[in-house]
Amino acid sequence: MSATTTRTPIAPEKPATHKPGGTLYRGREGMWSWVLHRITGVAIFFFLLVHILDTALVRVSPEAYNAVIGTYQTPIMGLGEVALVGAIVFHAFNGLRVILVDFWSWATRNQKVLFYIVIALWVVTMLGFVPRHLMNVFSH
Amino acid sequence: MTVIESPRTPARPAPKRGVNLEKWGWIYMRASGVVLVVLVFGHLFVNLMVGEGVKAIDFGFVGGKWADPFWQWWDVLMLWLALIHGANGMRTIVSDYTNPGTVQRILKGALLLSTIVLLVLGTLVVFTFDPCPAGSPAELLPSFCPAA
Repeated sequence: MSATTTRTPIAPEKPATHKPGGTLYRGREGMWSWVLHRITGVAIFFFLLVHILDTALVRVSPEAYNAVIGTYQTPIMGLGEVALVGAIVFHAFNGLRVILVDFWSWATRNQKVLFYIVIALWVVTMLGFVPRHLMNVFSH
Repeated sequence: MTVIESPRTPARPAPKRGVNLEKWGWIYMRASGVVLVVLVFGHLFVNLMVGEGVKAIDFGFVGGKWADPFWQWWDVLMLWLALIHGANGMRTIVSDYTNPGTVQRILKGALLLSTIVLLVLGTLVVFTFDPCPAGSPAELLPSFCPAA
């Protein structure tokens, strides 16, 4: 092998006799679980910062709190709440999957199956939430 | 031969003596995560699914909830567990994508500072909240207020 090495994960032209370690993105269930956990985690973190500040307005005045919380009740923010709840539900179920994979050898072996169970539970939960929420948002 | 270190190779080995803070951080993420599933799902269900959902949330709604110590403690516990969980997750991401140095110190310092400020602010708000502030329009207040 040449002295210069590449850090970009390009596919080898012929099967390598020494496969590189786990630093390459492999595009399988485990990678998507990790990527989605990160993205949803960051999104939820920044919403939490804003949400603590907007809730703190109850200490300013009823008018100030109602003015800001009223913006959460518009159709566009209603759709944003669907995205937020979707992120939270995925992060919650996938987080439980991570715990199972960490502590239970069966789950470690079957982490791919568990990823699809997370997706299925996410779909079921969102089917319960989204219609109800959109009815609240788009009705008067 | 190219050598790529195992992704779990620590930048610094764990201390041989004393408290291993990284280990306790790892445990905290899992312990708080399990509790947060219950707290956050309960929070979302009561605030978004019951009754009119998000449309019903106003000052009177919050005043009605925080008149009950149960919901005060629910929300304060959720605040502490979630914000520390989130800030520690962000710390992991900062460690992953920046090298040790000034930028990394600034980012981690900003995380620590914002976390402390918001924990103090949020806790004070929940426990010093006055559901019936004097001089406010009666129609904006919870129904149990003398003025309402």
